[in-house]
Amino acid sequence: MNAQVETLDAAARAELDALGDLGSLAPAVRSKIAQREMPSQDPKTRVSNMDEVALGYTEAMARLEAQRCLQCPTKPCTAGCPVAIDIPRFIKAVACGDDAGAVATIKESSLLPSICGRVCPQERQCMKGCTVGKIARDPAKAVAIGRLERYVADLERERGEESVPAVAPPTGKRVAVVGSGPASLAFAADVRRAGHEVVVFEALHKCGGVLSYGIPEFRLPKAIVEHEVESLRRMGVEIRTDFVVGRSRSLSDLLSEDGFDAAFVGSGAGLPRFAGIPGENLVGVFSANEYLTRSNLMKAYAEGRADTPFYHARRVAVLGGGNVAMDAARTALRLGAEAVHLVYRRTEAEMPARAEEVAHAKEEGVVFRTLSAPTRVVGDENDVVTGLETVRCELGEPDASGRRSPVPVPGSEEVLPVDCVIVAIGNSSNPLVPLTTPEIRTDSKGRIVVDANHETTMRNVFAGGDIVLGAATVILAMGEGRAAARACNARLAGAL
Amino acid sequence: MNRIVSKRLLANDLCELEFEAPHIARGHKAGQFLVLQADHDWGERIPLTIADANESAGTVTVVFQAVGATTIKLARFNPGDCIPDVLGPLGNPSDVRKFGRVVLCGGGIGVAPIHPIAQAMRAAGNHVTSILAARTKDLVIFENRMRAASDEVIVCTDDGSYGRKGLVTAPLKEMCESATPPDRVIAIGPPVMMKFCAATTKPFGIPTIVSLNTIMIDGTGMCGGCRVMVGGKMKFVCVDGPDFDGHEVDWDNMMKRMRAFRPFEEEARRRVRDHECNIDKAARAIAAAKEDR
Ligand SMILES: Cc1cc2nc3c(=O)[nH]c(=O)nc-3n(C[C@H](O)[C@H](O)[C@H](O)COP(=O)(O)OP(=O)(O)OC[C@H]3O[C@@H](n4cnc5c(N)ncnc54)[C@H](O)[C@@H]3O)c2cc1C
Ligand SMILES: Cc1cc2nc3c(=O)[nH]c(=O)nc-3n(C[C@H](O)[C@H](O)[C@H](O)COP(=O)(O)OP(=O)(O)OC[C@H]3O[C@@H](n4cnc5c(N)ncnc54)[C@H](O)[C@@H]3O)c2cc1C
Ligand code: SF4
Ligand code: SF4
Ligand code: FES
Repeated sequence: MNAQVETLDAAARAELDALGDLGSLAPAVRSKIAQREMPSQDPKTRVSNMDEVALGYTEAMARLEAQRCLQCPTKPCTAGCPVAIDIPRFIKAVACGDDAGAVATIKESSLLPSICGRVCPQERQCMKGCTVGKIARDPAKAVAIGRLERYVADLERERGEESVPAVAPPTGKRVAVVGSGPASLAFAADVRRAGHEVVVFEALHKCGGVLSYGIPEFRLPKAIVEHEVESLRRMGVEIRTDFVVGRSRSLSDLLSEDGFDAAFVGSGAGLPRFAGIPGENLVGVFSANEYLTRSNLMKAYAEGRADTPFYHARRVAVLGGGNVAMDAARTALRLGAEAVHLVYRRTEAEMPARAEEVAHAKEEGVVFRTLSAPTRVVGDENDVVTGLETVRCELGEPDASGRRSPVPVPGSEEVLPVDCVIVAIGNSSNPLVPLTTPEIRTDSKGRIVVDANHETTMRNVFAGGDIVLGAATVILAMGEGRAAARACNARLAGAL
Repeated sequence: MNRIVSKRLLANDLCELEFEAPHIARGHKAGQFLVLQADHDWGERIPLTIADANESAGTVTVVFQAVGATTIKLARFNPGDCIPDVLGPLGNPSDVRKFGRVVLCGGGIGVAPIHPIAQAMRAAGNHVTSILAARTKDLVIFENRMRAASDEVIVCTDDGSYGRKGLVTAPLKEMCESATPPDRVIAIGPPVMMKFCAATTKPFGIPTIVSLNTIMIDGTGMCGGCRVMVGGKMKFVCVDGPDFDGHEVDWDNMMKRMRAFRPFEEEARRRVRDHECNIDKAARAIAAAKEDR
């Protein structure tokens, strides 16, 4: 066991012993238990490996953390969870040592608990309304719901205790799924359970969407994603990688010629945005998607083994303040950069990234340059990046959305010497399916328009996840996939 | 899936593979490409143009030069082997219509992707002249197939060992100056060759289409690694192209970007080659396979 895990585990055991009979703890006692720290790899060690940073609770830590829950009858935590997991019920099961019961409760609502437990922005969702956090006046100190979710889900997987979900007798109906991100994985599972034949078409050579090409190994081990995909296979879902709907076959072909009765589009928000500043085409400027795909999907970090190269850089500037920016910055460190600067126009308070990623990035030495906007990438005579020109910003009046927008301070330009610039300012909707399927309507931002049943303007074609929401979150994508599956199952049963 | 049905050595390190890919063969149009991997877990995704497709047999043909890690590995595959991953058809089909006189310029390996376009252009009622250019006689590929697909064929070699001596731009310029200038020119080959073909036709205002061969990762519009500036606008070659107006492409920037990973590619190539000593051995393997057939 890692030394830190050992210490934290011993402390949790001692506290548990001191608490005595756990069944009869008074709320006042529960709310005095401090939140269990998440054991993690030492920052100095982890920047030179790709292994997962957060190591997970031990049994003692999980049991003790679960004691903190006050079992609020109004369930403010559940209200904050996009898929409304019955949080008090699952935590009670953890507190009683019934890990299997806990997972079963979670799985009534969420199909990917070991993934969401790791990547949900909990402080803005389930933990935000948690009473314990309210008492401490800090959502970060709320019951660590995601960590408990991860604990029970990991345990079940590691022990091989998962059962293959029951599949209803064959209905003879066939459903095509475009993409294999979280929206599609959830949709496929629920439609398959109803006894329909399901074929998932994925453009890349590996499944999982952003879970596999975007989010790095050190945050979400790919073995977990593969495990979820394998579960689908065991349920009898057919998976066809290297198949791009709209090119290999059009959606209309699948429905009219290839015998599919319905389809789901979960093609995600995979179109990288650039900043539109001069110099963005210099050698050494990458979209975060390219940078992360090289490292994650193509395994470029395994130099000498993988054929796909990564760009060797000593000083890196990352533009943006979301999860994508954090992932790119932390990947750059692991790929050997000596200095990584995160350039963000607003302040840390406005950063959309998960709090944990921001904290981890700082621990690892990423330099935060907030209130700083990029104006130009500077290059040498070979068009190779030598610097990034930035301008200082001040926060102006709140705009329509209530966010204070940054206003550049004239004359405050400076050039940051860097040899690589990674643009992580967001992704737009993947245009391929709408482009090749004129029947499907999109809005001004290219997002597919759906009705209350998640059905597109093309009959029997449903859609969900980032292609509908714009770049959002894993849990929302999964939730949409499930809602669309309900509608699709109803339609195929003749009830919609 | 993707089972290789035939393999031919066209020249020293130029290899032609025909393999099963039924939905690509069915959906393919001239000008499109595919992305393949020679190794599922550790390989690189590389784009190759679909040089031919046989819909009834469900096969497609690619022609490539064994220059780097993936292409050398690919050249070691044999009939019966399966290519681990193949994705396609990708990119927009070439704009094939009746233009009148069409001149196709193929440089080196670029002759292979020109071939389906020549066929399609002729079928659309154009007068097709093809200029096949190579460094030396041994590297002239597809000559017979191009003769069958064109009204007229001009071969030129840099060293004069076959056909006319000189670069592709010389006959192209003469045609532009002639009484019956081309209505449209299409150039496919190394970037520098396409750049100079476009520069040759520009003073004559003859529309010139090029098929760009930038670095690609996914080939689906997700990474932006293939971006080029065309007419001052950022374009993704894999989804907006691969065909573009050659007069509008920022060639110098594109060529510099294509060299971004040169040191690594050299290293990866050495690694793959060392497996078998040198590139000649890869070529010998191809030759041996050819004899086996
Ligand atoms: C780097 C990064 C970090 C992130 N971090 C977090 C985080 O910490 N927490 C969080 O909640 N969210 C995070 N997100 C957002 C989250 O990953 C997405 O909201 C979520 O993955 C969307 O799921 P999806 O199923 O809609 O699509 P995606 O995950 O985007 O998957 C779409 C899939 O469809 C495939 N596809 C597209 N078009 C076609 C086609 N025509 N034919 C076949 N296949 C096709 C694509 O190849 C892709 O595999 C992050 C995103 C990125 C990029
Ligand atoms: C749309 C599109 C279509 C394409 N179609 C084809 C095609 O039909 N056939 C084809 O062969 N290629 C084609 N290419 C180019 C091909 O994808 C790349 O050459 C590919 O990267 C080769 O991969 P690799 O791993 O073998 O070599 P890499 O390791 O990626 O790189 C090749 C290395 O060899 C060097 N090199 C390149 N040419 C030579 C040369 N003549 N002599 C010595 N060194 C050289 C390069 O500088 C580089 O270092 C196409 C590209 C695009 C974008
Ligand atoms: S799914 Fe996400 S938001 Fe819901 S309880 Fe789990 S961690 Fe919280
Ligand atoms: S709000 Fe917090 S304390 Fe209350 S039930 Fe939910 S997790 Fe437990
Ligand atoms: S290859 Fe990734 S966007 Fe074109």
